[in-house]
Amino acid sequence: MSETVYHRHWRRPPTMIRDRRVRYALYLGIVLYLVLAIGSVDVNWVRVWEGFDRGWRFVLGFLQPDFTSRWRDISQGLVESLTMTMTATVAGVIISVPIGIGAARNLAPRPVYYACRAIIALSRSLQEIIIAILLVAMFGFGPFAGFLTLSFATIGFLSKLLAEDIEDIDEAQAEAIRSTGASWFQLVNYAVQPQVMPRLIGLVLYRFDINFRESAVIGIVGAGGIGATLNTAIDRYEYDSAGAILLIIIGIVMVAEYSSSHIRKWVQ
Amino acid sequence: MPVIETAEGPAWRLRTPRGRLLLWLGWFALVALTVWCWQVMTKDTIWAFVADAPSQAADIGARAFPPRWSYVEKLWLPLWDTLNIATLGTMLGVIIATPVAFLAARNTTPSAMVARPVALFIIVASRSINSLIWALLLVSILGPGLLAGIIAIALRSIGFVGKLLYEAIEETDATQIEAIEATGASPPQVLIYGYWPQIAPAFWGISVFRWDINIRESAVLGLVGAGGLGLQLQASLNVLAWPQVTMILIVILATVVFSEWVSARVRHAII
Repeated sequence: MSETVYHRHWRRPPTMIRDRRVRYALYLGIVLYLVLAIGSVDVNWVRVWEGFDRGWRFVLGFLQPDFTSRWRDISQGLVESLTMTMTATVAGVIISVPIGIGAARNLAPRPVYYACRAIIALSRSLQEIIIAILLVAMFGFGPFAGFLTLSFATIGFLSKLLAEDIEDIDEAQAEAIRSTGASWFQLVNYAVQPQVMPRLIGLVLYRFDINFRESAVIGIVGAGGIGATLNTAIDRYEYDSAGAILLIIIGIVMVAEYSSSHIRKWVQ
Repeated sequence: MPVIETAEGPAWRLRTPRGRLLLWLGWFALVALTVWCWQVMTKDTIWAFVADAPSQAADIGARAFPPRWSYVEKLWLPLWDTLNIATLGTMLGVIIATPVAFLAARNTTPSAMVARPVALFIIVASRSINSLIWALLLVSILGPGLLAGIIAIALRSIGFVGKLLYEAIEETDATQIEAIEATGASPPQVLIYGYWPQIAPAFWGISVFRWDINIRESAVLGLVGAGGLGLQLQASLNVLAWPQVTMILIVILATVVFSEWVSARVRHAII
């Protein structure tokens, strides 16, 4: 009578790379890179140790934020940031809708398509902060340069996603409208617009959110908004004011996120 | 769909009169708000500077071209630093974000009352603050250098990776988890053999995606003193060396295109 032998142990087969040599070569490469990379990080430990005291003060400032003593600067920065966000989002949407339609392969002729795609690529490849530096150099300090920066960045984001949405529409509906003898504008208005509108509203609200967050950053290079106030507060080591500003930013972003998800549900 | 009786017979409209009125009021409010915001924003704008902008742009453009190609020799080391900030920062961020994601996911959180809100707050706080602001803070705490940049990138990545990862964890198939549990597996074994195979593609995809974004962000972190290409950019801007600025921008653009290509290839291979 033969006895069946069961294996007591089981090893999971490798999930990603089956060849053992390739796998070990990859591990070796990663370790080598880590050693080289961490070796090139030059840390002044004395300075870090001294910094802990300051770091602790920042944590305390975050826990006990001081809203009142710099309230005038904070509120001015907030007003600049919010107005900048609002106008830049509206201006960005107005410019990016035609560009988005132009960048949709199924609506635009080839030359227009390539021109609009080039605008989108240009707007997407440059960081907001770099655009802000250049625009501040041209237009002077203040929220106007920030408004231009955010509008420019909005174009790349919204046009690209809008164009992709338009390319994904249900062709049958467009066909139906086209067969009634509709002109190109009627086609866009009655076949494309109803299909992409809910998504577009969602994207606009999302971009509003991003623009507010970015407006907190571009102030560092002089483009107005709450970032300038924050930069000053940190430079002056007023961590309680900085903590208050950061908490306000987090609060506004949270409110924007929750209300935009509600509006999106209501629209769809 | 409301139908209005007219002399020529019934006519259909998309919206009721009330609905149309509300819609117009909404649009009107939006336009009024925008105009008001515009006025508040441009209260202190010096329009002479704005009118002067085209000539300024032409001036800067004339100074910036041609780029100083020989300057690229001095950019290899900052470029290596930038890549290191992004890569090490992403690794650190992912290592911290993974437990946070497991705490935030509804199906794996140990307590929905305490741990989940805390984890969600960490994710929101990290997401709302740009890495440049984290860098600004950390430079004043730790001193200028790569370390501040790495930690800034890591702190910003926690929110992004944590959010996407916890959504992936919530979408896992519960039957597979149950099957592993039914064999008497311990909690770590359930994690490794039940959850991990289901979220691994999402995990690698999210990590590489964030790495791609981090390359872009680490290129400008130096503006506030956190090392890398941005430090050279700041130095060149301060001495108004526009040909060098153009060269740096070309290097940043090339790096961004390269990292986007790498991340697209890797994500294509995984998913």
